[in-house]
Formats: sequence, structure tokens, C-alpha cells
Amino acid sequence: MSEAQTSLQDRQIDRSQMKVTDEVAIEINDMNKWYGTFHVLRDINLTVNRGERIVICGPSGSGKSTLIRCINALEEHQKGQITVDGTTLSTDLKNIDKVRSEVGMVFQHFNLFPHLTILENCTLAPIWVRKVPKREAEETAMYFLEKVKIPEQAHKYPGQLSGGQQQRVAIARSLCMRPRIMLFDEPTSALDPEMIKEVLDTMIQLAEEGMTMLCVTHEMGFARQVANRVIFMDAGQIVEQNEPEPFFTNPQNDRTKLFLSQILGH
Amino acid sequence: MSKQSSVAFVRREMLPPAPPPPGQAGVLRWMRENLFSSVTNTALTILSLYFIWSVLASIMPWTLNGIWVAGSLTECREIRDARGLETAACWAVINERWLQLLFGFYPTDDKLLSSLFYAEPLATAGGLEAVFGAASNATDRIEFVGMMKGDLSNFTIFLFGYWRPLLAVALLVVAVAPILYSSLPRSLLFFSMLYPFVGVFLFWGGSIWGPMTVAIGLAAAFFIGRFFAKRFGLLGGGIAAVAAFIFIFLNPLPFIDHGGLFPLFPHVKDVLHSIIPFGLSAIPSDQFGGFMLAIIIGTSGIVLSLPIGILLALGRQSTMPFIRWVCVTFIEVIRGVPLIVWLFVASTLLKYFLPPGSSFDALLRVIILVTLFASAYIAEVVRGGLAALPTGQYEAADSLGLDYWKSMQLIVLPQALKISIPGIVNTFIGLFKDTTLVVFVGLRDPLGLTNAIRATGEWNGIYWELYIFVALLFFTFCFFMSRYSMYLERKLQTDRR
Ligand SMILES: Nc1ncnc2c1ncn2[C@@H]1O[C@H](COP(=O)(O)OP(=O)(O)OP(=O)(O)O)[C@@H](O)[C@H]1O
Ligand SMILES: [Mg+2]
Repeated sequence: MSEAQTSLQDRQIDRSQMKVTDEVAIEINDMNKWYGTFHVLRDINLTVNRGERIVICGPSGSGKSTLIRCINALEEHQKGQITVDGTTLSTDLKNIDKVRSEVGMVFQHFNLFPHLTILENCTLAPIWVRKVPKREAEETAMYFLEKVKIPEQAHKYPGQLSGGQQQRVAIARSLCMRPRIMLFDEPTSALDPEMIKEVLDTMIQLAEEGMTMLCVTHEMGFARQVANRVIFMDAGQIVEQNEPEPFFTNPQNDRTKLFLSQILGH
Repeated sequence: MSKQSSVAFVRREMLPPAPPPPGQAGVLRWMRENLFSSVTNTALTILSLYFIWSVLASIMPWTLNGIWVAGSLTECREIRDARGLETAACWAVINERWLQLLFGFYPTDDKLLSSLFYAEPLATAGGLEAVFGAASNATDRIEFVGMMKGDLSNFTIFLFGYWRPLLAVALLVVAVAPILYSSLPRSLLFFSMLYPFVGVFLFWGGSIWGPMTVAIGLAAAFFIGRFFAKRFGLLGGGIAAVAAFIFIFLNPLPFIDHGGLFPLFPHVKDVLHSIIPFGLSAIPSDQFGGFMLAIIIGTSGIVLSLPIGILLALGRQSTMPFIRWVCVTFIEVIRGVPLIVWLFVASTLLKYFLPPGSSFDALLRVIILVTLFASAYIAEVVRGGLAALPTGQYEAADSLGLDYWKSMQLIVLPQALKISIPGIVNTFIGLFKDTTLVVFVGLRDPLGLTNAIRATGEWNGIYWELYIFVALLFFTFCFFMSRYSMYLERKLQTDRR
């Protein structure tokens, strides 16, 4: 991790486009979720404005993944309200599909479709969900593949790519749907340090373009440089949130202090 | 490493890539390593060789000395003794009767045969009408046909007398090819969609309006359904499905003798036929037989059971309890009872349920049962494939906004089916061989026909030759299926490097 951090510090971040607006992108009110009788998420309240870059961290099992998976309804919540881009998530499948096509998601294990080429991975959803003509979808896909710096792999299959390349394809695949919000669930934790850097670079580039991002990660270098807010979760609750500088230098809650000392300490 | 003097080591030059070592071929080396590597292995090798040799020594003379031309088994034995052979297969029975093994008692097109090959004798007899027309005397006619067939070679009769099933099977190959091989032009798929109607018309004959009205009805229902589905969603689709149902089943297929089963408009077909009469002579299902029967039942069963099985597998995974319950019950009940029992049950039970006077075609009944039976197995095989798929694939599809059917069609099923190919083909091979069971419900499959052939005076007492021929027919088809599945697995192998 340290390697990735140092290399990130070399990079000059262009903050001209990173603007937090007043417009609300995601609003979560008193949201609760249970797995059977196990109370995973407790009274979550969170408002994300358009243009915000939020990093969520916390110990394993604290419910970070569950929280961001609730935002695009991969998990169902039992109480409270989640509103994404003005659409309130309910059991109505139409609403869910609408939210999902507006929100991009990147997984820890990439989850590319192994039976399709990289290009087909990227054009599938635009063609079938957005009804974009094939030619146009392919042009968009190539544009984003160039952006994540792997246009030459377009006709290979995911199994032929390295982990870092696969994760960048996964990001490009989400971007092809032109999402207004991107969710990342530990996008770099299945990768080797060298590959972490290429994926983080891609994410920084996205942030520089003003994308609204919610990112579960333990890359504290990324959090310091890119995030405008860091959220610390423990036992299914938001324990502390702050801007990165005060969050890292002056944590208030004891759990946060313990967590930070553990992950930054060594 | 041994040259290295200390632990520290710095490489000054990077090694250039070298070609891999040459192949470790060589027959002798292979034999030494695999056949004679130890005393036990050598002993086993010699023992196996002796076994193979003794089996071949007893089979080969019989096979190769086989007698190909003879009129009866007695004649065969006389020839054998005359040649001084100890054993000899009597292949003459195949040579004589292969048409019957292929087609059973399916009638030949005698009109075509006589007008092609018997123009002169016919002219002297007073023309085609004299022999085949209503006025002709039945005994004369049978005598004439018997004489004509006696003169023609089996191959001529195969090509011209059985042109209908022959053409139907040839077109079946054309229809199936673009489905099996994606390198063929996609436009051929249009013919594949049309084939069921062409095939039914060629095999069963009757008025062309029978299959035509069904095809037109289906096509109309499809377009109407699509039109309504765009405007009114699922409900519109449902209404269209009902419309399709009416269109299809009020013009009964040649299978269903409409003695009141679908009483609303049973005559649309007949009205059309009276305006433009065109058709082939109708051949009822009970005259179907031979290996042709295995092909008809086998291919219909295979083509129909795959989609039904997939739907059952998806239903079994459904989050809706009712659908899940229905699918599980169906699968377990169908699978838990032997096919032969289902065949008997159907033939007995249908007598009670159908209105008196109507009959349900035996062949159609068998096709339906074989299909349902195989689809229960397919469902379980596909379920295995679905379960083997990582949940990440479902989540990725969901997170891109694909709805249930699209994510099944584009992401889940292509991968799950690929995993299931060996199991699916296994089920299909089983289904194909199970078609011989129809002998128990009165249809004449190839095995049943061997009995019929033995029942004649000439070939009484002949077993092996007939069974070997039937076995080879089945083996050829099953072997093709197995090879095709291996080809498909190789072709679809994209997830490994
Ligand atoms: N499908 C499930 N059924 C039951 N319990 C679950 C399920 N998924 C997660 N949990 C539990 O919910 C809690 C929160 O899980 P979650 O995956 O959100 O944690 P996390 O913060 O993402 O942890 P990590 O950093 O290890 O990914 C964990 O205790 C986990 O055991
Ligand atoms: Mg997690």
C-alpha cells in the first residue's frame, strides 16, 4: 500500500472540476437493514451532494459493503428511505432498474462477463438497457477504454487480462452507461500493489472530472488526496465523518482512533 | 546454483527467451514408459493383448466372411457351407430389408415410382389411372405394385419411393446446421423456423393448409403480441398468447382427429383447401416406423425439451414460492417415474379424459411424454449450471440495470448452459435411445421391426445381424452428438487462457 501511496503523492491533482454543488445526489434517511435477526445497518443518515467524493472505511464486517449495495438495491433495506437522483427506492422493479442504470458500480472481484469480449462487456448494457445503436455503443466503449488506457485489449476476453486491467475494464463498463454516480466496493483490495496504482489513477481521473463517487477503500492516500469527506463505520453505524485532514490528524471517536492507528501504524 | 560462491547474486545480463525443448515424441519411448515400465505393467500389457486378440479372432472371420447376397437364411447357410466356411454373418438380411428398418411400414410413393420406371407396362395396361384410379381393381393394383417393387433395386425405391421422408430428413439437416454451427449464414435461421411446418407436411402429408394455417396463425399471433406488448405490456402479451392459442388449435394439426375436442371452427382448413386444393397423400402416424421414428421423436424431443427444461430450472430458482413449488413438483414427479410407465399411463388415461369418439395421435403423445421426461432432466442439469455461476455475475448484471429476462438471456444462461453442455448432451443421448421404448405402445421402432422381419419365413431365426445394424444406426447418431458437444465446449472456452 505504501508504494501506491508514494506514487500517488507524485501526482498533481487538478481540482478545477472538483466542485461540490448544492444539488442532492443521494439521500438516506434513518435506514435500517437486517439479515434475518442480525441488525447490519442501524439508523443510517447520509446526504451526498453532486460532485462529492466520499470514502467509507471501517473494520471488516462493519457493514460498508452492505451500505453501498443498498444504494443500488443489490440489497434490500427494511426500514427508512433511500432516494437516488430523485428516485425513491421501493420494491417497484421499474424504479430499481432506473436507479441501477444511473448508478455505476465497481466490485472488489471485477465481475466482468467471462464469455464476452472486453468490448462486448462494455457495449452490452448500453445496447440492451439504453437502446443505443451498436455502432454508437462501440464508439463510446472505445472512448472509455482509451480513457482507462487499454483500448488495445478491446477484442480479448477478460480471462486474458491482468487483475488491474480487468478492474479498469470494469470501471469503463460502468462509465459506458454514463452514470451520474459511481459506487466502488474495495476496488483495489484484490490487486497487487503495482496494479493498485493504475486503478487508483483511473479513479482520480474520474474524480477530477467531477464524478460523484462513493468509495469503500482502505487506500488512505487516495482518501487524503481525493475525498472531500471520509466516513468511518463500525458495527453497522456511521461513527464519525469529517473532511480528510481533520479526520486523519484529529479523530474524535475512540474506535476511529484505534482503527486509524491499526491501519496507519505499521 | 552450485557455481554460485556466495548468497548474494546479481544478474548482469537478462536471458533471451528460448524455444521450448523439442517434443518428447517417439513410439518406442512412449511404449517403454506406458506399457512396459515395470514387471506388472508388462504382464498386464501382454494379458490385454491376448484378450484383444482372442476377441477379434472370434469376431472378425464371422464379420468379414459375411454373405451379402441371399434370399433367405437357409440360402445363406447353404452358401456358407458351399464355401466351406465355419462361421459367416448373413448380411444379406440387411441388404434385403434395410428400407424396412429405416422406414417401417411407411408407404412408398407408388405413383411416382410407376410413372418414372413403368411408363411402358402402364401404357399397355391402360395408363396410370387404370392402375391407381378409383376404377382400378384392387387386386390388380396390389399385384402390379408388388411386381414393380420386386424389379426395382432397394436404392431406387429409397430415393424415389421414400422421397418424402428422405427430403424431410435432408431439410432437417439444413434446418439444424445453422443452429449448430454459428459460422453458417444467419439468414438460414429463417428456414430453421419454417422447418417444423415443412417437416410435418412432408412426413404426414394431407392438405398443405393444415401446417399453413398453423404457421400463419403463429406468425400473426407473434406480430399481434409484439404490437400489443409495446402498448399494454405483459397483459397485452397474454391476450396475444390466447389469440395464438385460438389460431393454432382451432385449426387442428393432422394429429388430432377432431371429434369434438376443439369444436369451434374445425373447418377453416377445409374451406381453404376447397379453394386452392394442394396436398400430399395423408399418412397416419400408425404407419410410421423404423429409424425414421427415432429421428422424428428424438429431434422433436430434443428441440422442445431444452427450452422447457431451461424454464423449469429458472422457475425452480424463482423467488416466487408458487412458481418454485410448481416447478419442483413437476420435475420430481416426472423424473421419479420410469418413462415406460408414463407411456402406458398416457395411453390408458387419455381414453378417459378425451371426449368419446376422439383419439389422440399415438406418435404425438409419445413426443409430448418424451419431451416432458427429458425436460425434467434438463432442468436439473441446467440448475447445476446456474448454481455453479458466481453470484458476482448476477450482481454485475443487476448493477448495470439489466432486467431479469435480459440478464438471464445475456449473462446467466450463456454461461450456465456452457457449464451444462456435457449433462445436456448426456440427457439428449439418453432421450434418443429411449425412443426405442415406443415399441411397447404399439409404434414400430427399429427393434420392433427386427421382430417383424424375423416373423417372415425367409428370415426366421436371424438375430445378430439385425441388432448390429440397429446398434450402428443409433451409435452413429449418438457419437455425432457426443463429438459435437466436445466441439462446442472447445469453441466456447473463453474464460481460460
Ligand atoms: N448475505 C448475508 N447474510 C447474512 N449476513 C451477512 C450477509 N452479508 C453480510 N453479512 C454480515 O453483515 C455484516 C456486514 O457485512 P459487510 O459485507 O457489509 O461488511 P464490510 O464492512 O463490507 O466488511 P469487509 O471489509 O470485510 O468487506 C457482516 O457481519 C457479515 O457477516
Ligand atoms: Mg465489504
